Amino acid sequence: MPLTPEDIAHVAMLARLGLSDEERSRYGAQLDAILEHMTRLNDVDTSPVGETAQVGELVNVWREDISQPSLSVERALANAPAREADFFRVGAIQE
Amino acid sequence: MSSTATHGTDTLRVGDREYQAVIGLEVHAQLLTRSKMFCGCSAAYVGAPPNSNTCPVCLGLPGTLPVINRQAVEYTVRTAVALNCEIPEFTKFDRKNYFYPDLPKGYQISQYDLPLSRRGWLQFHVDGEQRRCGITRVHLEEDTGTMYHAGDVLQSATSSLVDCNRCGVPLMEIVGEPDLRTPEEAREYLIWLRRVLMYIGVNDGNLEQGSFRCDANVSIRPRGSDQLGVKVEIKNMNSFRAVHHALGYEIERQRQVLEQGGALPQETRGWVETQQATVSQRSKEYAHDYRYFPEPDLPPLQLEAALVERIRGELPELPDARAARLRRQHGLGDYDAGLLTATREEADTYESVVATGVGAKLAANWMLGDVARLANEHRLPLQQSGLGVAGLAALLRLLEAGTISGSVAKELLAELYRDGGDPAALVEQRGLGQVSDAGALSSLIDEAIAQGSKAVADFRAGKEAALQSLVGYVMKQTRGRADAQLVNRLLRERLGG
Amino acid sequence: MSFTGGTVAASAAALREGGVSPQELLAEARAQFERVDAEVGAVLTQTWELAERQAADAQRRLREDPGAASPLCGIPVALKDVLCLEGVACTAGSRILEGFHPPYTGTAVQRLLDAGAVVIGKTNCDEFAMGSSTENSAYRPVRNPWDRSRVPGGSSGGSAAAVAAGMVPYSLGTDTGGSIRQPAALCGVVGFKPTYGRVSRYGLIAFASSLDQIGPFAHTVEDCALVYSAIAGHDPRDSTSSPTAVEDPMETLRGGIAGMRLGVPHEYFGEGLEPGVRRAVEEALRVLEGMGATLDEVSLPSTGAALSTYYIIAPAECSSNLARYDGIRFGMRKEHDALLQMYLDTRGCGFGAEVKRRIMLGTYALSSGYYDAYYRKAQKVRTVIAEEFAAAFERVDALVCATSPTVAFPLAAREDPLSMYLCDVLTLPVNLAGLPGVSLPCGMADGLPVGLQVIAPRFQDARALRVAHAYEQATGWHRARSPLVEATA
Repeated sequence: MPLTPEDIAHVAMLARLGLSDEERSRYGAQLDAILEHMTRLNDVDTSPVGETAQVGELVNVWREDISQPSLSVERALANAPAREADFFRVGAIQE
Repeated sequence: MSSTATHGTDTLRVGDREYQAVIGLEVHAQLLTRSKMFCGCSAAYVGAPPNSNTCPVCLGLPGTLPVINRQAVEYTVRTAVALNCEIPEFTKFDRKNYFYPDLPKGYQISQYDLPLSRRGWLQFHVDGEQRRCGITRVHLEEDTGTMYHAGDVLQSATSSLVDCNRCGVPLMEIVGEPDLRTPEEAREYLIWLRRVLMYIGVNDGNLEQGSFRCDANVSIRPRGSDQLGVKVEIKNMNSFRAVHHALGYEIERQRQVLEQGGALPQETRGWVETQQATVSQRSKEYAHDYRYFPEPDLPPLQLEAALVERIRGELPELPDARAARLRRQHGLGDYDAGLLTATREEADTYESVVATGVGAKLAANWMLGDVARLANEHRLPLQQSGLGVAGLAALLRLLEAGTISGSVAKELLAELYRDGGDPAALVEQRGLGQVSDAGALSSLIDEAIAQGSKAVADFRAGKEAALQSLVGYVMKQTRGRADAQLVNRLLRERLGG
Repeated sequence: MSFTGGTVAASAAALREGGVSPQELLAEARAQFERVDAEVGAVLTQTWELAERQAADAQRRLREDPGAASPLCGIPVALKDVLCLEGVACTAGSRILEGFHPPYTGTAVQRLLDAGAVVIGKTNCDEFAMGSSTENSAYRPVRNPWDRSRVPGGSSGGSAAAVAAGMVPYSLGTDTGGSIRQPAALCGVVGFKPTYGRVSRYGLIAFASSLDQIGPFAHTVEDCALVYSAIAGHDPRDSTSSPTAVEDPMETLRGGIAGMRLGVPHEYFGEGLEPGVRRAVEEALRVLEGMGATLDEVSLPSTGAALSTYYIIAPAECSSNLARYDGIRFGMRKEHDALLQMYLDTRGCGFGAEVKRRIMLGTYALSSGYYDAYYRKAQKVRTVIAEEFAAAFERVDALVCATSPTVAFPLAAREDPLSMYLCDVLTLPVNLAGLPGVSLPCGMADGLPVGLQVIAPRFQDARALRVAHAYEQATGWHRARSPLVEATA
């Protein structure tokens, strides 16, 4: 089932990607072709198996509750594209 | 496990039909760990200068990875056990994906389909009646940062500001079943839940600073229906009072909408304290879709039975059980037992005072009376006052032994609370010992009768209260040291009362 | 004597014999870089000042206690630009990270620094390691040192080309679906992807967390083993890193392969394989047999579904991993008064086409209503694929096959995303199962290098290196150098 323009717009909004009209139609077609290829997943019988989210048999990997020094404020903010006083600044949230 | 509310208190009328509110609460409680959930930054962020409590991990810098704080897991297990939850052997973390400036990674590490615990319950009381509310699940996640909007913090702010100090603080989500029917039930549920969390030492219960936060889901439906109505989510309730008022407002609002033939949309509303009203937080034009999937950076947890049993074994006596024991053991009433077990410190103090041999009733009266008043006045709990727990016990023993009078005890309590000192030494030094020798009081009794002829006449005419001024005279002359009961008896004898 | 195009082992020996100093090795590296990189485009950020300090420090360490110094001490290295080094710009090949200077150093890089490495710079790569040709770099494409009209492979194309062009004797790359092995094959060098969990990912800018792994490029298997020994091992900062002890690959490297059973997965010799590649690999199989190994044909029946599995799981993880590029705490931002528009513009402009395509694909695969059909199904197929490898390894000690179905292809030859994805069809199943894999030169086709892939069971990294080393020593393909090095020598 091909993706509708609404599907593409919805996915782009979920991912916060501003796309041009040209990009939307291009990605729509490309994703259709890729998803068509994905039907090969159904060639594999997976009824008897579990899901693998990660390989390896590790469980209960944790650290002790020890507090470590933080970054200085200057270092924490050093990469900020926009700063106001000691905060990261963003535009108005129009909900 | 639905509540056992009686008819009447929770009945709403829509036209000629009976309706009922259905309330479910979601509580977010920060854990009292030293470090954050997934990094070594301090979890005690309150009061820290903006963005001074961050590191590459909690800032979500490229290339960083989370590592689970074991204590946070154990605290959540402790909570789950205290709330009678099942703890499955296998649990894992998932990513909840959404964009917001206070969420540095663009996803929150949380738990989705395999939470750390599920299916428990909390027992609480409403007007002396016992209730039970189901707990759907208790899971573990990370807190977000803090946003300040224009004007909140800096007059110069023209936009929103982000402080990442709180990012990654361990957070428990406690989801309650929609078993609550009235704002009173909801408030009591929260009070008891908070009490349990504080008892077991996992949360400091600070609603104002947001270490204990609550959202509510509210709907109304015809009585007898087992269908849930359209759910409205209420946010921004920062006190128990706010919860109570917001739910009361919202239930009435929904009732009115239905009565006027309107329909209730599913929505999120915020409680606005200044308006005493819930206000729709306009839904965004695009739907939420959190795209949960297993966190690939964290192996799952396999909580062995031995670990859970160890934690269960370490659980302190919970407030409900402790109150019941105090009633049984010391013959206290419901109300006093409830107050004395409101916090673990209060109950510990009470029990250690009683353990020194002070009578249970006497200790209860003083702790709930003068001590509570002084604690409030000085904004200082007894434990940190000059008097201390041992001092209170010593003072009450002096009173009980008849060494000092009640009014001297009262005076000394106030002084020692502030300045500290040894009660027995002070009594000795100042000669405050009680005068309870009838012979020694005899001449003062005579004096009182002689100077108070009007009171004497009144008393003889049947005015019981008139005796008090005569007692007062003796007490004043002895600077409170006289045994008031003895004076009372002697006066009555003398006046033939 | 020139060390350009030489090995780590040879430089390490010369440093100890006093034949060369770290500063001289650095000067040679710099001279070669200046001579060839304008043509190759392997390096995005140069760190010569840092390198000078490191070389002086290494010199001191070698003088004070040459026996205690690591074999990597004083030897130049280049790092793929997805690896964080404190204070040095890190772009991941993306515009969205322009200006980002990490305030910390990742674990693998730190281990190299602790060993006395001399870092000359950060290498070009496909944006966020997504690609198979390094044409997806937001800065410029990398060109293959064997033929500058062709791609070096990807995504670690800059790291592969830097070694192949003789700028450094070794480099670090990352491999999510073949991003070390495939460019190693196309550039005629050795590339090693360790077992998932062997090398800490802390400080590696994530593409797909359950698949990413750091590994080395070098001219010989021995050099790769030396680098692997330095960077492998448990790291408490990466919860997926294995706490089990690392076997020293040097102990077994020269053990030979007589009596070993090597599996030949017949699904890996399908029609997509170029004739020249097939010829070289089949010849390699005969060589291995001649050295005393037994060849067994094995079957990995679900191989045909591996590409689909990978292109669900990797984009799904990447859609989430790349959500942090939001223009707030670091990197590029397209300013706008309204927050939503700032997000859309920053991410719309900051990411390149392939990254956006994969974010779209992954977001879709995880979205409500499609999760079961795509993501959950892919996770299950992933289980089947891993089980099929495990079953094969009950019969054989290692698997051998081609690394890439083709030799290096011309730039701009693969515009269609699916045709580019097919480049990794022989390497990505290894990532899905978390296995170690080596690619090493096994001949030439049309004057371009061909790579042989050796795959071993999980945590049998030393065995993969041992098989590769035996083959390499028996054939000598590893002595071939690109024209850019020969021109120097």
